[in-house]
Amino acid sequence: MNEEELVEYFRAQMRKDPDMASAVAAIRTLLEFLKRDKGETILGLRESLKWATDCLTGEDSSVAVSSGGELFLRFISLTSLEHQDLSRCKKVMEERGELFLEKISMSRTKVAKLCHTFIKDGAKILTHSYSRVVLRVLEKAAAEKKRFSVYVTESQPDSAGRQMAEALRKLNVPVTVVLDAAVGYVLEKVDLVIVGAEGVVESGGIINKIGTYQMAVCSKAHNKPFYVVAESFKFVRLYPLNQQDVPDKFKYKADTLKTVQNLSEEHPMIDYTPPSLITLLFTDLGVLTPSAVSDELIKLYL
Amino acid sequence: TDVIIESSVGYFTEGPERKDDIVKAKQEGKELTKEEKQRLRKEKKQQKKSKEKKDDKPSRDSEKEKKPASAASPAPQTPTQPPAQKAPSAAPAPVPVPASETPSAADKPAKSKAELKAERRARQEAERASKGKKGDVGPQAAPGKPKAPPSELQPVVKRLPEHVQVDNPEVLKKLAKKLERQQTPEYNAATKIPLRSDYGYKVSLFSHLHQYSRKAPLTQQLGIPSTVIHPAIVRLGLQYSQGIVAGSNARSVALLHAFKQVIRDYTTPPNEELSRDLVNRLKPYISFLNQCRPLSASMGNAIKYIKKEISNIPSQCKEEEAKRKLLNCIDCYINEKIVLAAKAIAKYSIEKISDGDVILVYGCSSLVNHILCEAFEKNRKFRVIVVDSRPRLEGREALRRLVQKGINCTYVLISAVSYILPEVSKVFLGAHALLANGYVMSRVGTSQIALVAKAFNVPVLVCCETYKFCERVQTDSFVSNELDDPDDLIVTRTGTTQLEHWQEVPSLGLLNLVYDVTPPDFVDLVITDLGMIPCTSVPVVLRVKNVDQ
Repeated sequence: MNEEELVEYFRAQMRKDPDMASAVAAIRTLLEFLKRDKGETILGLRESLKWATDCLTGEDSSVAVSSGGELFLRFISLTSLEHQDLSRCKKVMEERGELFLEKISMSRTKVAKLCHTFIKDGAKILTHSYSRVVLRVLEKAAAEKKRFSVYVTESQPDSAGRQMAEALRKLNVPVTVVLDAAVGYVLEKVDLVIVGAEGVVESGGIINKIGTYQMAVCSKAHNKPFYVVAESFKFVRLYPLNQQDVPDKFKYKADTLKTVQNLSEEHPMIDYTPPSLITLLFTDLGVLTPSAVSDELIKLYL
Repeated sequence: TDVIIESSVGYFTEGPERKDDIVKAKQEGKELTKEEKQRLRKEKKQQKKSKEKKDDKPSRDSEKEKKPASAASPAPQTPTQPPAQKAPSAAPAPVPVPASETPSAADKPAKSKAELKAERRARQEAERASKGKKGDVGPQAAPGKPKAPPSELQPVVKRLPEHVQVDNPEVLKKLAKKLERQQTPEYNAATKIPLRSDYGYKVSLFSHLHQYSRKAPLTQQLGIPSTVIHPAIVRLGLQYSQGIVAGSNARSVALLHAFKQVIRDYTTPPNEELSRDLVNRLKPYISFLNQCRPLSASMGNAIKYIKKEISNIPSQCKEEEAKRKLLNCIDCYINEKIVLAAKAIAKYSIEKISDGDVILVYGCSSLVNHILCEAFEKNRKFRVIVVDSRPRLEGREALRRLVQKGINCTYVLISAVSYILPEVSKVFLGAHALLANGYVMSRVGTSQIALVAKAFNVPVLVCCETYKFCERVQTDSFVSNELDDPDDLIVTRTGTTQLEHWQEVPSLGLLNLVYDVTPPDFVDLVITDLGMIPCTSVPVVLRVKNVDQ
């Protein structure tokens, strides 16, 4: 598979199932790449998988794609590859890959199961932009016959919040769209804040759509709990110290990175929320405090 | 060795019916049974107690040293000292304890109670130690009794097996008397590890710590030649106490080199096993070094490692080979944990240094200096602000090293830190030790800098190798610290020395603290050779390390 086919397959996957996380689509693409690969050595295979991941991050620059790719690679190579011929090794790797894919497809359900209990009857929830995980959590809570209402920020520059509001209306959940600037105003009315994450970093902080940091600071000031829901393949080995420290390749959309020369004039799409502002993280590995994220990361990566 | 002493003592005090059994057991080279050992131990202790009551100050002094040691032994270090340790379990308790040995009954009033309690504890420990262990645990029963006895009594003990004559009680009596006489020097500080005395008035909050004067080094009390302590160790101790070798890494490396010399000069006595005897040999050295300057956490970990390596030497191993293996182990340790770790940390840190950064450093940390020099060589554009403080003024050394490389530096004293912090983009700090609850123990002044940096929202990065991680838990800087010479605070300026006669003013105390403890909320990132971790993940690393070992 060369670069074009790779990207095309990835796009096809995204189109097929818009509800799927981009990282999952990336992993499906990598699995397909693995199946079609004609390499002769294991090392060569790993190299080409790394190359494929890089291509995909070139297509979709979100943190989850790169972290998902790296975790996929680790997962499939973590078995004993002491077999005689390459094809048997490849078969093992493919099986592991399928297993990994299965596990992560279940992750959203696991997260929803953990999180919905934190939504009490009559709760008012604030959320940011369009997150499929948060949507799943709210679906589950609604299915459990809980009554709650939701405030969604509009989330410029792509107005993703409106998409979220549409989806929630279909669930018959009362929803209000607020301006990004109205977060401080609306916080005294809400009981809890739930956001998704594009990436969870080593310190326990998160990388998410721009505006999340603001929301976190305001909820800290109002003493409202700030919950993050994320699948475990979003855990990434990054440790930003502040907003500037987040690498440029994650801050902007992939096509912006390719076309624009002077990035300082572009508006970043994501920001970093430090762990001191986060109350709890709901992941398929369990309910974690920000300081436990490092523990889990060590287990995943080392 | 100690079994033999015991048996001779028991011989001396008990009736003839026991002596046959004991002598037979010894001559067959078998171990004494549990009850016999316990009995012998009890006899010995009773003897000693009666002697104690007779003796005056000198014995009390040395007892004082033993009691604090034993009192401290069940304290924090018990997790790292599994009670079922092979080598004398009671004795090593005081040894690898970094600074927690010092906070103990140096207070006069509480001494008697502490003494009694410690004695009771000592007895319990000795009894615990006697269960199922080989005979050489023996009369380390008074824990903390400096480990001079085994090495000092060695020459006599060597002859003992040949001279034990079953049918000649007089010879044995003579021998036992000789041993006792040799034991009395223990109560006389001059001929074995001397006890350093405290100097000057101690501020009441820190009266549980030792405060020594640099003008009275420990070596003045040592006789020449000192048969107990290897000259390389004496030199090292002097270098520590005079401040010639300072800094966590430097001290550990110097210690390991001195131990290498000791190992090279070591010969196994005929009836001994290298693995056990060498460990016993090291004990008086360690307590000597502790007297010169309290051991640091890194030194404690290094000593633990060496002891483990020594006791893991198989008994079939020839001496030359064993020595070579040990020297090799030590070299590997230094290389892996210090040299290569510094390289790894530099690699991670360089990612965090961006062009145009203004980096603040405090004091002189060998690791931080190394990182900055590496980053400069990789053509990062940054400038450094060196913060310094009295009385050590270590920042000047750091300044010298950085300027030599060509790095743009500014020098301020710690009183100006809140003035200069708005300019700073990052703070890099070194650490003396990282405690299990995430607190960072470092040179005094570090927590102040971290606090002010937090207030200005400047990220604080601590760089620390994993061998400095220790299992202790401390939340404040009082419980366990080091007090340096108070005379260092006296300064002569324009001809007048203000505090010259501070001792004469009864209400005046000078406090020269060496370390302080920074809570993890002030630290944003810890860079170790395993990677970048948040401060709260130190116990995870400790757990992973223990699993590896």
